[in-house]
Order: sequence, then C-alpha cells, then structure tokens
Amino acid sequence: MPRRGWRRMNNIELLFSSPAIAGGLLIDGILFGSIFALIAYGLALVWGVMNIINVTQGEFVILGGFAAVVMADNGFHPLLAVPVAALVLYVLGRLLYRTIIHRIVDRDLFTSLLATFGISIVLQQLMNIVFGGDPRNADAGLGVWFAFDYSIVLSKVKLLAFVLAIVVGAALVVFLKMSRLGQAIRATAQNARAARVVGIDTNRVYEATFALNAAICGAAGALAATAYTIHPYIGLPYTVRSFMIVIIAGLGNIGGVLAAGLGLGAAEYYAGFILGAEFQIAFVFGLLVVVLLARSWWLGRKRRYLK
Amino acid sequence: MNPQKMFLYGAIVLAGLAGPFIFPNNQVQMTELWLFIVFALTWDLVGGQMGYNSFGNVVFFGIGMYACAVVQIGLVYDVGEYTAAKGGGTAFIFDLAQYIWGFAIGLPVAAMLAALAACVLGSLVLGMRGHYFAICTLGLGIAAGEIAAGWDWIGAGSGMTPAPPPHDIDNVNRLFYYMAFALAVATFATIAWLLRTRFGLAINAIRDDEDKAEAMGMFTTRIKVTAWVIAATFLGAAGGIYGNLKRFIDPLDTAFSGATIGVWMVLMAILGGKGTLWGPVIGAIVFQVTKELFWTYLLGWQRVALGVLIVVIVVFFPEGIVGRVRQMFPERFGPRADAREGAE
Repeated sequence: MPRRGWRRMNNIELLFSSPAIAGGLLIDGILFGSIFALIAYGLALVWGVMNIINVTQGEFVILGGFAAVVMADNGFHPLLAVPVAALVLYVLGRLLYRTIIHRIVDRDLFTSLLATFGISIVLQQLMNIVFGGDPRNADAGLGVWFAFDYSIVLSKVKLLAFVLAIVVGAALVVFLKMSRLGQAIRATAQNARAARVVGIDTNRVYEATFALNAAICGAAGALAATAYTIHPYIGLPYTVRSFMIVIIAGLGNIGGVLAAGLGLGAAEYYAGFILGAEFQIAFVFGLLVVVLLARSWWLGRKRRYLK
Repeated sequence: MNPQKMFLYGAIVLAGLAGPFIFPNNQVQMTELWLFIVFALTWDLVGGQMGYNSFGNVVFFGIGMYACAVVQIGLVYDVGEYTAAKGGGTAFIFDLAQYIWGFAIGLPVAAMLAALAACVLGSLVLGMRGHYFAICTLGLGIAAGEIAAGWDWIGAGSGMTPAPPPHDIDNVNRLFYYMAFALAVATFATIAWLLRTRFGLAINAIRDDEDKAEAMGMFTTRIKVTAWVIAATFLGAAGGIYGNLKRFIDPLDTAFSGATIGVWMVLMAILGGKGTLWGPVIGAIVFQVTKELFWTYLLGWQRVALGVLIVVIVVFFPEGIVGRVRQMFPERFGPRADAREGAE
C-alpha cells in the first residue's frame, strides 16, 4: 500500500520538524506509562513472592476501571472511585486466593499461567455481559491546560492520574518497608521456608500479597478509566505491558520498573503516531517478543538461557 | 501391531468414514472435531511430549487459514480487488475445477508457509524456556492477529471470505468433512510413528532434562525446531480447512484467536492427558461435546462456562483422563518398558 507507507514517512518527518508534536507525544506517553509502572509493580510483587505470573492482571485493571465508570454514572466524582476500586479488587483478590490461587502456589509455572489465564477469560466475559463491550470512560470534567502557545495540550486528568499513580506506588514502597505485613511479605519473597521457620504464616502472606496486587490493579484501573478509555477486551495488553516492564527491570527494582514503565508509555505513543493507531496493540505484543528475544540473546552470550 | 489394535483402528476409520451419513445434521460439528483432534495432537507434540508449552500455535493455524484462502482466490482473481469488494457478491464466481484446484494447491501452500513460519520463529523463540516461552508465544499469536487486522490486502479488520463454493457441489461441507478426517488420520499416524522413533525419545529427553540431553550430544535446538515445524505443518493445513468451513475469516476471532482456539488446544491436550498419544484425541472429543452442549444450553454464558472449565481442569484435574486411567489401572494402561520397540 504505497499510500499508507507515504503517510508513515510523513509522520516521521512531522515528528522531527515539529518539536511540539514530539514533545506532546512524549508527555502523553510518560503520563500513560505511570499507570503501566503501577501495574507492573503489582505483578512483580506477586511474581517475586508467590512465583506466579498473574495473567489476570489486566482484567483486574479493567474491573477497577468499570468500578470508576459505574460510580461516575451514578453521580460520584470518578476519582473517588480509586479507593473504592482498590477495596473491591482487594476483596476479589482474597476471594480468588481462597478458592483457586492457593491451590496453584506451589505447582509448576505453566499451571499457574494457564489457571490465571482461565480466570482472566471468565472475568473478561463476565464484564462483557454485565457492562457491555463498548469503550467506556469515566469523565472527571477537569479540562485541559495549554502550554507553549497552545502547541502542547495537557489534559489535567491525565496529569492527576500520573501524580496519583506515583503516590500509590510510593505508599506501597513505604508499606513494604515499614509495616509488619510488608516485612513478612519481603521475608517470604526472600525465602519462604525460612520465613515459615521464624513463624510467619506464609499462606496468609500469599493471600495478602495477591489481594494487595489486585487492589493496586484496581486503583490503576480506576485511574486508567478516568484518564483514558477501557473496554472488556483490552485487559491482556495491560498484562503483557506489565510483564514486559518486569522483564526489563527485573524483580524488586522499583526505579527500574518506573523507568521502564514511563519509557514503554512514550514508545507506545510514538509507535501509535508513526504506524497508525490500528497497529498500537500489535506494537505492544511485537515489542514483547523483541524484548524477550533480546534478553534471551544477551543471556545466551553468557552461556545462560531465559528460564 | 496386534489384532486387537488393528480392530480398534479399523473401527475408528470406518466410523469416521460413515459419520456424515449416520449423523448428517452434525456434520459441521464432526468436521470441527477432526480439526480439534489435529489441534490437540500437534499441541501435545510440542507441549506435552517436548515440554514446551505454547500459547502461540494459533499463529500457524492463522497463517495456514489466510494462505489457503489467498491461494484459492489468487489463482483466479486479484486478491486485493476481491477483499476490497468484501467477498464480492456475484462478481467472483468459482467453477468446480477452479475450486478443487484452489484446495489442491492452497492446502499444501498453507502447510508449507506455516512450516516455514515455525522454522523461522522457532529458531528465534525456542531458545527460551518455561514460562518465558509460553508468554512469548502468547505475544506472537496476538501480534500476528493485530498485524493481520491492519493489513488491507487480506481484508484488514473487516475480515476475508474464502472462495465461495461453486453451485455444482451440493454438499460442500461433506468435502470439508473428509478433508478434515483425512488430515486428522494423517496427523495421528505421523505422530504415532514419530513417537516410536528416536525422534520421539529425543523430544521426551528434552522434556525431562534439556541440559542433560544437550550434554549427551543432542542438537536440542534443531530437534525442538523440527518438532515445532511438524506441528505447524498440520496446523497450517487444518487452518486452511477451518477457514473454508467457517466461510469467514476474522483476523482476531477466527484466524489468530488466542483466547479461544489457542487456549482450547492446550485445554484439550490437558483434559485428555498431556504427553500421551491418545490423550489429546480423547480430550478433543470430550471437549467438543462439552463445548457444543455449552453453546446449546448456556447461550450467552458459554464463554464464561468455558473459562470456568479451564480453571477447573487445570487446577483439579491436571493429569487428564488418560493419566487418571493409567493411575487406576497401571497393569492394563500403564507405560511399558517395551513400548518403544521401534526405537533402535
């Protein structure tokens, strides 16, 4: 298709010739990326502590988003939904742990992968039935700021979502460092057996970790629904983004998670602009493959492999 | 092969041949069943026998589906014009010879393209292990779907209609049935034979301990890629048939449907029994019957029910039907030391 290829070239040219567009994309991307970083931090928590890769991550996010949408529809301010969504997801997380997750904690990784994938399909379809398949948004009615002679448009709600995502992330870090439960979670992550020896009830720690992760995702989802749009089938990209960020940053590296998250957000906005919005999801999943290949190749040079 | 087994295989083949005449109303479902058996068997070759759990085998399925449709159309008309006309109405008509030739060339091309894709992707991706491989293949499957959904030449997001069957064939689904049946028999025979050879031992060795297998001097990457290529070849052909059976190819819901067919093939293999020859076949039969019952009696909730089924099977029944039977009757069905008499 020569026409579309031509458009892409034009888009790249436009990026270089107009710093306002490039800068606007960068800012938008970084703002969106903060939400990815928050979700990725939750995934790293569950992965590090329970050795489970939670594919349900994205569905938790969307569910939190729908909580915000429902509250906005009923006349509440959608940002009130952030704690509410976190609470709802916290309860759901506990429930899922009690029924399913505790059976797969010590099983092999593929079992947990497939089981959480099954849960994510159930949640996805339930949301489709309950809320419908249309893209939704919880409008906070905050408007926009203009900067540099109206050349950069800055949506206030995206900025607020960014700040809140950072606040939630920081609160989580403090919680893990300071509180008793946070210390127990970190101890279990380091060595579950030793933690049991010194009297930590690891089963309760796992439950708390899983529920905490769900709550984080819920809060992130409420922010995502307020600042962006959601629909029931957009969960998996969130899962894959968070997975990608954790692979790049490594487990237990908060600064790395934040940097990778913001970088991914920016990369996605540039890719969406250059390739066209219809290839943005393809870019996310393609990037996942590239990141894994790069990591695998890098380890292969050291005679190790991705395991 | 002992007479008992000969009788069993003969009965299955006879039942398969007579199927559409006994249950003419369930012909499409039975066609799907044979294709599902192909999905489960090919997934199990790599996932169960070799221990590389893939969520992305659906890539080869989708490639085969599109390749076959493009060849069928491209032999007679211009593909871009055909897809631009959204399946074309009355302007694009295929006569019998064109239709048959479309399949005769399209299916091998589908299989070969899928095999080629497996060769290229496999040499890149199969260096990863465990869950990284699983998630990487998941990414491959969805990326492929999204790319197909953005590619105008094959209809982009609005999908593609495979060549409409000519009016001379009054029961075109019967043609699809026998193609699917032949493919399932060929797949089963090939995999049953492969598992009796040194190749079967090699992929089992990779599953059990890849580092040791490599230390013993096996070219593990080459073996892994070969296994994936074999799986992809059959999947590609199955995709070609499936697209024609469904009469419409949606890039995300039919061709590269990671959340439905991509997971179902894993589920069928696990339900029947991972790493066994008959497990995937039995799993596919049970799954197809369950799925049709869900679609009939739980309309609107069928996908929720299938998700619950996935969780329940994975969490509570991971050994599968054949695995359970082996545990219950070890002396009758358990693995035997002389089972691999064909291996040198």
